[in-house]
Amino acid sequence: MTALLDVDELSVGFRTRAGTVQALSRASVTVAPGELLLVVGESGSGKTVLAHSLLRLLPRNVDVSGSIRLGGEDVLALKPDALRRMRGRRMALIPQSPASSLNPVRKLGGQLLEAAQARGLTEHDARRRLRELLAELGLDLDFISGRYVHQLSGGMQQRIVNTMALVGDPDIVIADEPTSGLDSDLVDTTATQLREISARGASLLVITHDLRLAQRLGGRLALLYASRIVEVGPTAAFFKAPAHPYGRELLRALPEREGKSIPGLSPELTALPDHCAFADRCPDRFDRCTEAVPDLYPAADGVLARCFAHAER
Amino acid sequence: MLSADAVTKTFGSGAGRVIAVEHVTLQLRAGARLGLVGPSGSGKSTLAQIMALLLAPDDGVVSVDGTRVAVCGVRCDRELRHRVQLVWQSPRMAVDPRLRVGDAIVEPLAASGLLPAGRAERRALIAAWAARVGLTQDLVERFPHEVSEGQLQRACLARALIVNPRYLICDELSSMLDVSTQAALLEVIAAAQDERELGVMLITHDRTLASAWCEQTVDISDLPADRDITAVSGASATARSGALGRQVCGRPQRSMQP
Repeated sequence: MTALLDVDELSVGFRTRAGTVQALSRASVTVAPGELLLVVGESGSGKTVLAHSLLRLLPRNVDVSGSIRLGGEDVLALKPDALRRMRGRRMALIPQSPASSLNPVRKLGGQLLEAAQARGLTEHDARRRLRELLAELGLDLDFISGRYVHQLSGGMQQRIVNTMALVGDPDIVIADEPTSGLDSDLVDTTATQLREISARGASLLVITHDLRLAQRLGGRLALLYASRIVEVGPTAAFFKAPAHPYGRELLRALPEREGKSIPGLSPELTALPDHCAFADRCPDRFDRCTEAVPDLYPAADGVLARCFAHAER
Repeated sequence: MLSADAVTKTFGSGAGRVIAVEHVTLQLRAGARLGLVGPSGSGKSTLAQIMALLLAPDDGVVSVDGTRVAVCGVRCDRELRHRVQLVWQSPRMAVDPRLRVGDAIVEPLAASGLLPAGRAERRALIAAWAARVGLTQDLVERFPHEVSEGQLQRACLARALIVNPRYLICDELSSMLDVSTQAALLEVIAAAQDERELGVMLITHDRTLASAWCEQTVDISDLPADRDITAVSGASATARSGALGRQVCGRPQRSMQP
């Protein structure tokens, strides 16, 4: 199957006074039509930068290399007009922090309507569609419309931005930490909603540090660590037997498993080592790990892992 | 024992009045691990601030080891305040952006005039606490915006523990953090509990975390009003709260929860 989204060797570096912050290093992922891809990693691993690169929402002080193709079209080369048409209608973002991505001084009704109309809906259709989408999430458009963002709970704010992303019926939805700050019931609701998006035929790229959400959503999973994809494969396979030591240690840290933390801290993105970035914290480290950066090697059926332990196979 | 007895807290007035915490009774014993769960908007954070002596309840009594707390916030007796410490949900909003991470760790001591006068002693103190929470020397010399959320939360935990509290209240300590950092923070707390009798109340919406880590978990909204829940090992709790958190729309919502 041809990929809807094809990210090839994407590197993103931020030029700062402290030097270049390498947020993504040669990341390659593909998302087929209707497919669900989870991008999992701790904060600072490059997840959000990946989401923002896809929509070209990066600031000016970045160096980007590699390519991003959406339906065969080169996203990095899109002209402003085409870029505007692409955003929201073909690729929509559910942003990380709903409170700060909504306008604090405008009532929400106007903002929702504006988002819908920007996707090409007439006012009448926009209202109908918004009402439907909000009702699915247990919210009432009339109740929401007259309110400001600070008058809603975090969970309600999240549902507002989810609605805004869905209103244009995009081909692919990118959800950046869609459940952070939500309580468990709302996580369930959001997970259900995300699965429904996927069931409707839209592709879904979910960025999260919430392993339980990831496990519940299924699909495929790409694990990021210190700007690199260290493991990619079916989500079920990851939770059964992670191929990369980082994945293994991460699952051990879950409170319902062992609750055992990984010693040490992840490396600074300004000073990434020129060998495996996890080597310093890895219980299975051997000589080669501190000599070179491993490639992604086949580890199991459909699983690739950036670990020399799989290189000899 | 840190106890809240029939505390009520409301915000606003008139039509916009919201009852954040209504007639809640909760006790935390020294050495215990109590989980407090509930949906967002159910008053968990307000209760945390009341029990951390930062917010005065409209009604009801908070007492620390039998001492009734008469005033809250900065006017509260320092020794009493040091006995109960709170770790906030968002470390970014909980540290002074002008202080280096190391200075933020010792800030409570500096504010109470308990900081060692000698430079070398101060440095050693910061280094010792940084090591306990897994921070490097390089990190404690930076400003908050130069470290990650998880690193800053480690510093906030050190800041709470540095005054040797008897009770530690963690309000969504790790909801924004990855599981490894979460495990690391909980290991630091567990180590502090091994050293001395430290009562920990873990406020979270993650029921799996609460049931895995705590001896007992209490749901702020599900508990019946007039029945005592007998503690497994330490805490006993009776809680009732307004239906605000469960209500999706129709009436004014609590709006102070981020």
